[in-house]
Amino acid sequence: MVAAAALAEIATPPAAGAALDIEQVSHAFDIDGAELPVLSDVSISVEPGEFVALLGPSGCGKSTLLRLVAGLDKPKAGRLREDEERIRSPHPSRVVVFQDPTLFPWRSVWDNVALGLEAQGILKSQRHRVDDALDLVGLSSFRNAYPHQLSGGMAQRVALARALVNDPKILILDEPLGKLDSLTRITMQAELVSLWQRKGFTTLLVTHDAEEALVLANRVIVFSDRPARVKADIRVDRPYPRHRGDPYLADLRRQILGLLGLDATW
Amino acid sequence: MSTYSLSDGLASSAPRTSRAPLLATWIRESGVGVLASIAWIAFGLSCLWWEDVGDWSRTHSLGIAAFIIAAVALFGTVGADYLGSAGQALRKRAPWLVALGVFLTLWEVATAKFAWLPLPFFPPPQAIIEVYTDDLPKLLDSVFASIKLQLGGYLIGATIGFLTGVSIGWSRAVGYWVHPVLRFIGPLPATAWLPIAFFTFPSSWSASTFLIALATGFPVTVLTWSGVASVSNAYYDVARTLGAKPSFLVLKVAIPAALPHVFVGLFMGLGSSFAVLVVAEMIGVKAGLGWYLQWAQGWAAYANMYAALIVMSLLCSGAITLLFAIRDRLLVWQKGTVKW
Ligand SMILES: Nc1ncnc2c1ncn2[C@@H]1O[C@H](COP(=O)(O)OP(=O)(O)O)[C@@H](O)[C@H]1O
Ligand SMILES: [Mg+2]
Repeated sequence: MVAAAALAEIATPPAAGAALDIEQVSHAFDIDGAELPVLSDVSISVEPGEFVALLGPSGCGKSTLLRLVAGLDKPKAGRLREDEERIRSPHPSRVVVFQDPTLFPWRSVWDNVALGLEAQGILKSQRHRVDDALDLVGLSSFRNAYPHQLSGGMAQRVALARALVNDPKILILDEPLGKLDSLTRITMQAELVSLWQRKGFTTLLVTHDAEEALVLANRVIVFSDRPARVKADIRVDRPYPRHRGDPYLADLRRQILGLLGLDATW
Repeated sequence: MSTYSLSDGLASSAPRTSRAPLLATWIRESGVGVLASIAWIAFGLSCLWWEDVGDWSRTHSLGIAAFIIAAVALFGTVGADYLGSAGQALRKRAPWLVALGVFLTLWEVATAKFAWLPLPFFPPPQAIIEVYTDDLPKLLDSVFASIKLQLGGYLIGATIGFLTGVSIGWSRAVGYWVHPVLRFIGPLPATAWLPIAFFTFPSSWSASTFLIALATGFPVTVLTWSGVASVSNAYYDVARTLGAKPSFLVLKVAIPAALPHVFVGLFMGLGSSFAVLVVAEMIGVKAGLGWYLQWAQGWAAYANMYAALIVMSLLCSGAITLLFAIRDRLLVWQKGTVKW
């Protein structure tokens, strides 16, 4: 693996991330007058620079929690805080990468990455940051391409660059690798860890893949069925780069699958 | 070729086999050009061979012009390799030149020479040419008047329609008030307003501008609105997490995302505004190509009518082409319309 060298060089990230406190958050949606409870009394406290993976059954409320953290929606009950400050609205210090890259098709790759700086009105003086972010994900030569000319993996890397250009304190990832083929996925997992190690942002990753969670995160939080409650909070004390065959991780994986209601018959 | 075959021994056959494909390509590339040339020579001859049944002054000149075109078609296609892109363009259009030459020949024979078609209603080509040479100032005045009216009305209608569409799509309050009005008035053909407009507006020119703007504005409003309304929320979410303010969401997310729809509206508006333009000119404004048509009819000047129709169709199709060019430029990002 090419990225292995980059992975090996740093073990503990510098603390550029923010702390995140999710305190007794509950949330529900109104569907045709009926109330659909989605989050039930969720409390999670994330240290600055931590890499937390969120695992849970499909439809349990993981994306909903991420939207609350991003400030896109307000919780029905409870509080969310970034570095002690209440989260009330979206802020570029917390950026989301969604499952679909949702690149703006009318903007070139470069202009897509420049979006955050442009929206904040600082693009004129900070153009080099766009170039740097494109370098970071290895897509400098595609700066003038339009989104429809990119492969799925490339588009997701552009989405990552678009998030990273803002130097976020908390990077929020909602199954960003879910739709990629397994080879691209493994490469991008390695890239993600190396980026996190270099930049030191706090990372919140939703995934449906227990192995991915274990290879990437410091901490894996397992949710129950909807409405989501925290079912388990598992530390993963293993140095990077991690190996998929590591018996310690395999043991954790079996444990997690058990929590998700799957007998580990593999 | 490196393999030995029977024909290698037959020296005399070698030049013939290498020349035959050459001849075939020559016929394929220049043959149609020669045909085009023949067709136009036929047209020229048909002008000059027989006497006209009527009194037209441009028959001779038209015949000469046909021979010149025949010459251009011949040398242009045969010598296309030396003429660069112009030559290639001519070659590509050669089949159309053939068709046009044949059509003109038939037209000439059927009208000016033997009057198979009833005469005042079907003027020969030279009568139409005569209009372009002898009535040019009046025709040009009409063209400019039409363009001025159309352009003014269209720009006003498109601008207002676009702004209204964006406002309805964006703001619930604006939608609440404007939507019912739009539903009530929009589907009414703009020409239905004609009698009222000509009384209430200070001049027939401003009344016509209003009608053209109305005809343009409705489709532009509706399509801009539906375009803005159908923008995926995911785009807004992305922009908001990146720090976008509402003005950014409108100008840099909603409008660019809606632009393909807006252009559909602009095309539809262009079509319906042409119809209004002609009617308004015929009935109200005493200028423009619509009025020219009306005037020609009054004098039973059928050649003038055909001449004006040809100019009108060139203008309308030119306007559509222009709009296409603008669209292709603004929407290069769309799959399939990319032009490097
Ligand atoms: N905007 C919404 N309106 C109503 N229901 C929603 C909305 N967003 C999500 N839901 C519902 O909330 C539940 C949790 O959704 P989500 O957070 O997307 O789950 P996941 O854990 O798979 O990401 C689902 O049952 C979904 O149908
Ligand atoms: Mg989800």
